Amino acid sequence: MNNIICACGHENPEGTVLCGNCGRPLTKEAKNQKLADMRYEGTARRSQTYNKSIIDKIWNFFSSVKIGITIIVAILVAAAIGTILPQVLYVPATTEADIAAYYERVYGTFGKIYYELGLSDLYGSWWFQTLIGMLGISLIVASLDRFIPLYKSLKKQRTKRHESFMKRQRLYAQGENILGENSLAKSEEKLKELRYKVTREDGALLAEKGRFARWGPYVNHVGLIIFLFGVMLRALPGFYVDETMWIREGETRAIPEAPGFYLESKEFILETYDKATEDEVFGEAIDRVGTIASNYQTDVVLYKKPEEALPGQTDDLKEVKKESIQVNHPLKFEGYSVFQMDFRLDELKTMHFKLSNKASGETLGDLAIDLVNPETSYDVGKGSKVELLGYYPDFSGFENGEPQTKSPVPNNPAFLVKMFTPETPEGETSFVAIKQTVEPLGDNEFKLEFQNVDTRDVSGLTIRKDKTLWILALGGLLFMIGVAQGSYFNHRRIWIHESTEGHLVVAAHTNKNWFGVKKELDQVTEAAQLPPYIDQHDTEGQELKEDGEKSS
Amino acid sequence: MTLVSISSNLLFVAFVCYLIATMFFGGAVKVSGSKTSASERRWGRIGIIVTIVGFIANLAYFITRWIAAGHAPVSNLFEFTTAFGMMVVGAFILIYFIYKTPLLGLFALPIAIIIIGFASMFPRDINPLIPALKSYWLTVHVTTAALGEAILAISAVAGLIYLLKNVDITKKTKQRFWLEAVMFTLVLVLGFVASTTTFSVMDYEAKFNYVDKEQKEKEIIYNTPPIFGMNEFEALTPGTMTPLAEMPSIVNAKKLTTVTWSLLFGTVLYVLLRLITRKSISALLKPFAQKANSQLMDEIGYRAVSIGFPVFTLGALIFAMIWAHEAWSRFWGWDPKEVWALITWLFYAAFLHLRLSRGWHGEKSAWLAVIGFIIIMFNLIAVNLIIAGLHSYA
Ligand code: HEM
Repeated sequence: MNNIICACGHENPEGTVLCGNCGRPLTKEAKNQKLADMRYEGTARRSQTYNKSIIDKIWNFFSSVKIGITIIVAILVAAAIGTILPQVLYVPATTEADIAAYYERVYGTFGKIYYELGLSDLYGSWWFQTLIGMLGISLIVASLDRFIPLYKSLKKQRTKRHESFMKRQRLYAQGENILGENSLAKSEEKLKELRYKVTREDGALLAEKGRFARWGPYVNHVGLIIFLFGVMLRALPGFYVDETMWIREGETRAIPEAPGFYLESKEFILETYDKATEDEVFGEAIDRVGTIASNYQTDVVLYKKPEEALPGQTDDLKEVKKESIQVNHPLKFEGYSVFQMDFRLDELKTMHFKLSNKASGETLGDLAIDLVNPETSYDVGKGSKVELLGYYPDFSGFENGEPQTKSPVPNNPAFLVKMFTPETPEGETSFVAIKQTVEPLGDNEFKLEFQNVDTRDVSGLTIRKDKTLWILALGGLLFMIGVAQGSYFNHRRIWIHESTEGHLVVAAHTNKNWFGVKKELDQVTEAAQLPPYIDQHDTEGQELKEDGEKSS
Repeated sequence: MTLVSISSNLLFVAFVCYLIATMFFGGAVKVSGSKTSASERRWGRIGIIVTIVGFIANLAYFITRWIAAGHAPVSNLFEFTTAFGMMVVGAFILIYFIYKTPLLGLFALPIAIIIIGFASMFPRDINPLIPALKSYWLTVHVTTAALGEAILAISAVAGLIYLLKNVDITKKTKQRFWLEAVMFTLVLVLGFVASTTTFSVMDYEAKFNYVDKEQKEKEIIYNTPPIFGMNEFEALTPGTMTPLAEMPSIVNAKKLTTVTWSLLFGTVLYVLLRLITRKSISALLKPFAQKANSQLMDEIGYRAVSIGFPVFTLGALIFAMIWAHEAWSRFWGWDPKEVWALITWLFYAAFLHLRLSRGWHGEKSAWLAVIGFIIIMFNLIAVNLIIAGLHSYA
């Protein structure tokens, strides 16, 4: 590696723009600029120093802010495209075929194309995830590339800088030293009052404050990296549980993915705002919109199975706690959260029938069939019984003479029964549904007559456990600390030199908020009667802009 | 008088104060051309005092409505947009005390006025909260996000002033075109206010049956003459206009009609303005902006972004994630509103990086600030109205 030896004798690594010791411009480009590029203190960054091996090339690619911005904009555009039509997650269809059909039916040809291009699941697509991954890499590489050299150079800055460095600062003054020997002392006093840290070295003064603000971007990028890392972790098994369960009133069920825990639903409650009892201020809104729900709630009891219990044994469950799960108030235990997400009202629970003689209308007895756990045989009394040959909880019609069920949920229960009475000891077969009775083996003497049903509500709950949450929280916190540090504080420096001819040279730099540093410099200028400074940016804005465009 | 009507009156007081303050800021800018900068300061001081009085009335509106409703008034489009307008004024006051520029007020207040006027066109009754919104996170998340957006909006105001001053409108350029397009958009918002007010004064109402995209029969009430009819519509109110065209079921023809009326009214307004003044709106406003210090406007634009960005991140992303985790069991769900908050955030991140390392100062930076504001308004309004997600308000 060829070091660059500055006129002051200091050795600088290849790629350095401003001498680390005196601040003289070292490259031809820097010498031609009227204002110094102070972004990384003119230090050599790896990306500007090496460009030979493939690793150098990759490093340089990801360390470029231009590439970083391109990635950010690409993610932005992709994210926007994903909001044109609802994503599959929000579409009321589950199978691939249904989903495809849904997009075409509802959104026409555009919907079909959108679906075919995979835009309907954009955020889960490999290329979108790749973009996010590239953002992460870019963040890491760009931060490392800059942080170390910046840290070194800010740590060992010299108080005395070369004339050419001073001249290239945006705020610059040169002129008569009115107070003579006292100038620096007066300046120091004022600067300390303004809470600058002041160092002096034969005839030179450096005042600095808010250097820590310079680390803000690095802190926030580390936060972002940690956050992205946390998001990645959830793809690994064991870090993330996402299950749903439907539980009926009165039921006790094992909680999926939470071994040993059981949940009993006591009651599901749906409440709506009522104009009569609520505050009258809501009257108009209720009139306009109609019914407005005020609460979805499942009252539950959480149980734990004792350690020593046998698998499958559920009769000695220990109550852990009673709670009302509401929207915004999940049940929490041992890292799990159970959320109120959905409900179904009035699911059929028990069906009541009457066994009667078709001709006389005489009733032989009643029976009640539990639709979740039906029995195989029901004793009706008076020597009669009904046997259940088949149960079709969600009856959808006959296929080849066989009754079919759409789902195991008792939406439209139907039964194939055999009725035994003293008069018909060999039994009569009948098919019974809510609105329909079929007698497949010829006319019967008896019939099973539907009476009524008992219903209950079902709660849809989501079970989450997320071991990455603290990582995400840490990332978010660091990000916030970093942005606040970088945004609400500025790194300001003021240099004052006594030159040999009885002149003073003043220069000032800040990484942002020039208005603020100018106000402070005004005060120092007044207190120490420094020469009036000029803002070189006002007249030479064009150059600064161009130099920004060249480097990346 | 009930608390609700006291609250409405306070909002009206604030609105009027902002109008008056705008005139004082206008006065301050007008006199500053001459050497009497003392008189500029006097006008500017009165302007900011009236603004603060208005802001206090505005806050009082917010608090009284909060007390009346029992929850922070940020739960429907009217409430949220009004709160946003209020915070734009708040953000302006904050920036004013840093930079003391009456010129900023001359542009920031009219924008706040337009926002509040726009908000008032939506149903103003107090909604009871649906279960998903019943959480103190509603207050925390929405107010912080709106505050962040309001501060970011100030950067657009500074950007607009910068552009009005620096874009050469004597030549036919892309910049001139787009600047006037931004002005035209602002006039369209006035068109929306004008058309909605006109038809609501007329008590216009037309009821229709229609078939929605799930093939269900539904009923809808238009408050403007129906230019576009809903899918398979059937008029129920006799004597009203017959829609000129029927829309397929995925298009909400009622909203399309509202937009069309706003366009019509806005365009007429714009054409009238141009005919009467014989100038483009940019040309009309340029003399005011001419007094701006470009350097200062650029600085304010950047400062507003660097103050607003962390606040926006905290409110619109971090608090939003925490709440989503409590309410919907996941901290992120790719809901359109969420995605647009992310887009806004990415946009400002790109803005900061472009400025920092690509040297996008001055005009480029000003354009970005204006585009950022457009994205914010898109998320605020269009996403709620066009793309219905979990966030769609009653
Ligand atoms: C969404 C993702 C990102 C966010 C939110 C973000 C945020 C920020 C913020 C707030 C700053 C400070 C800006 C200022 O003070 O005006 C910053 C600076 C910076 N960012 Fe990022 N950034 C992101 C991605 C990236 C990427 C992908 C790169 C990679 C090239 C990058 C490279 C930089 C650099 C080089 C700086 C300047 C550091 C310095 O001057 O010391 N950022 N970033």
